[in-house]
Amino acid sequence: MRRRLGESWWRALSGAGLDQQRWRSWPAWTRRAIKATVALVAGLVLIALFGVWSSSALAIAAAVLVLVVPSWDRLRVGGRPVGKWIPGLAVLGIAVAYPYYLDSMPQMPVFGPFPAVSTMVVMAIFAMMAIGLNFVVGYAGLLDLGYVAFYAMGAYMAAWFASDQFSNKHINLGAVGLFPGWAGIHLTIWLVLPMAGIATAIVGVIIGLPTLRLRGDYLAIVTLGFGEIMPQVAQNGNDLFGFNLTNGTGGITPVDGPGFGNWAQANLHLLANYLNAGNFDAVFFWTALVLVLIAVFCSSRLRDSRLGRAWVAIREDETAAAAMGIPLMRTKTWAYATGAFFGGVAGAYYASYRSGTFPDDFKFNISVFILCMVILGGMGNIWGVIFGACFLAYLNQEGLANTGAWINAHFHSNIQVPNYEFGIYGVIIVLVMLFRPEGLIPSSRNAAELHEGVHDEPLYDVQQGGGLPEAAA
Amino acid sequence: MPTLAAVLLGLLLVWLVVNFVQGPAYFITIFFIGLTLGAVYALVALGYTLVYGILELINFAHGDVFMMGGMFSATMILSVFHLGAHPSTVSLVLAVIVSLLVAMLACGVLNAAIERIAYRPLRNAPRLAPLITAIGVSFILQDVAIGWKGPSYTSVPQVLPRGNVFSISGVTYTWEKLIVVLITLPVLLALIWLVQRTRQGKAMRATAQDRDAAAMMGINVNRTISFTFLIAGALAGAGGLLYALYFNQVRYDTGFQLGLIAFTAAVLGGIGNLPGAVLGALAIGFIQAFNEGLTWHTPGSDWTQSIVFSILILILVFRPEGLLGERSPEGG
Repeated sequence: MRRRLGESWWRALSGAGLDQQRWRSWPAWTRRAIKATVALVAGLVLIALFGVWSSSALAIAAAVLVLVVPSWDRLRVGGRPVGKWIPGLAVLGIAVAYPYYLDSMPQMPVFGPFPAVSTMVVMAIFAMMAIGLNFVVGYAGLLDLGYVAFYAMGAYMAAWFASDQFSNKHINLGAVGLFPGWAGIHLTIWLVLPMAGIATAIVGVIIGLPTLRLRGDYLAIVTLGFGEIMPQVAQNGNDLFGFNLTNGTGGITPVDGPGFGNWAQANLHLLANYLNAGNFDAVFFWTALVLVLIAVFCSSRLRDSRLGRAWVAIREDETAAAAMGIPLMRTKTWAYATGAFFGGVAGAYYASYRSGTFPDDFKFNISVFILCMVILGGMGNIWGVIFGACFLAYLNQEGLANTGAWINAHFHSNIQVPNYEFGIYGVIIVLVMLFRPEGLIPSSRNAAELHEGVHDEPLYDVQQGGGLPEAAA
Repeated sequence: MPTLAAVLLGLLLVWLVVNFVQGPAYFITIFFIGLTLGAVYALVALGYTLVYGILELINFAHGDVFMMGGMFSATMILSVFHLGAHPSTVSLVLAVIVSLLVAMLACGVLNAAIERIAYRPLRNAPRLAPLITAIGVSFILQDVAIGWKGPSYTSVPQVLPRGNVFSISGVTYTWEKLIVVLITLPVLLALIWLVQRTRQGKAMRATAQDRDAAAMMGINVNRTISFTFLIAGALAGAGGLLYALYFNQVRYDTGFQLGLIAFTAAVLGGIGNLPGAVLGALAIGFIQAFNEGLTWHTPGSDWTQSIVFSILILILVFRPEGLLGERSPEGG
């Protein structure tokens, strides 16, 4: 981001007739004054874009400028480079405080109001799923078109272990908010989340072991097959040889909400039952943020680990990686299991938030939706993936409806924009793959791979009279 | 592993035989339904196999091109020829032939245009890039169909006659099923002639074998690839017409599911192998018809998709070269 800004700064300068040398020859205070003026103008443009001269718009502009303009990476305290943490922490702080200042936010141009807190919960959950898919697609380079199967597995784990589904059992382990006369298995959500993750990871391994020998597009097809079978099993699972596993198309509802129980509320000031909280959505949002943070932490630590480097090696050249002694199957299976883990946790949390699990939620479309987040944001880059997930989940929840309303109001048309949701995602996928295959916020390594290409310049694309093809760019 | 396969096949055989003994006439009627389904699948599966043979690309948008073929046909029959149910023979033959040609041409051009816009710029990219683009194109086509015909079913009148060709001791074969096969056969024969006997077909086969070597022999590779997409699209268009006529309804998502099933058929027969695609399509057609029609210990239509995809997964994992086999899907 910062380097990009620097590059565009130099380009703007040379556009104005100033080369780098001449710029540097000026006294420092002149340069600083010019930079400050440009930043001020940029801020004013930003405010003008928001259309209102309100204090909150000013605050947004100030926050953006403070985060983007100074060279935070150079800041050192006591010789330790603390600067690189500041933008991330600031963004986190802004996110945590979001429910408190949402009401004073201005209208956005075209998109309308800022997303509601309930939308933010969904955005955070999808961010977690996208981080999970990023392990498989972004790091290991295995195209998974059936990620929804993991989401479904996690959601059904929550539905089985935190609802009345198996009504001949009577098990309660720390669940909150049970009605008198409850039946079934009720475990506390804090146990269900890791259980869902682990069960889903095991499913990932089971799916992965026979199929990961296949390369590229065939793996994609097999995962797609699993992704199609899973919802059908969920849909028809109300009578598996007489056993009601998934309650069919009706789905399983209600699923218990999270909570820490009365003892924790009395002694630790933790919330006893989320569903009774006044700021219901905000509590769910903060918990989702914690889950996302855990996912981000695991993702960034794993990326730089031995395993993560093995994934990247496999993505770039499977044969070479195998020749260097990387165990292909084990490494790929780990990528699958890790990705599945986060998909499962996100699915279980979503089931708890929506208080239900329905087979209609697990269509192929959702797999592509999550894949689209990863591609749009930038395969392999955690921040890119989170951005892609937040943006698309927002579009899906509110953005498209708002944008459609804006378009219809301004052009006197009557287009049901949300109907064309997946066509819009299709356009996004095609445009990104054609013009910016590394995504909006790329990781430099993926970008290099995508621009270099994997094949030599083919003979048949050589222009007439152009002589020999140039050495691979 | 071979023993397991043998046991499974044996069980399948027992299941078929028991079902046959329980009602031979009914069984054969179901068999004819399977044949008709297989014919439609074959047209779509051939498109997958042609494109995969030449580019090693799974053209996800192919099923949606097929769906657009159904939409074109529906438009021709409803708005251009204004056919109702039970039209006269002359107008029926004329309408079907003209609609067939229009649908084939439109879908061929559409498919070639998709290749030009969305796949050709990515020819040197990693293999997953055009695959992802293909998924995007698939969604775009579906939404084009929503914008054009709306999100609900477009119904096509029953123009094909439903009378019996023959009815022997309870076994009936209706005209509509025969017509579907009668339209499919010449299209398939023309395709085989084109690929095996013509200069253009030779260029296609050469390009599929080795693109660079073909270029050195003076073959215009880009044009050959475009031509292959044109042919594949035309086959999908023909399939779309037959689907619209036989099932009497098309919807924006018709192509996606059917495309996946047809792709399974192509993999089953050995992708890249033209006779294999037809064989695989017939096999899938029978599997679907028997699963949905037979009564003795049959999973039923709720499970058709799961069965088809399980076959796909099993084939890919245990015999990736398919029944007839040509190239290894490992890609290697």
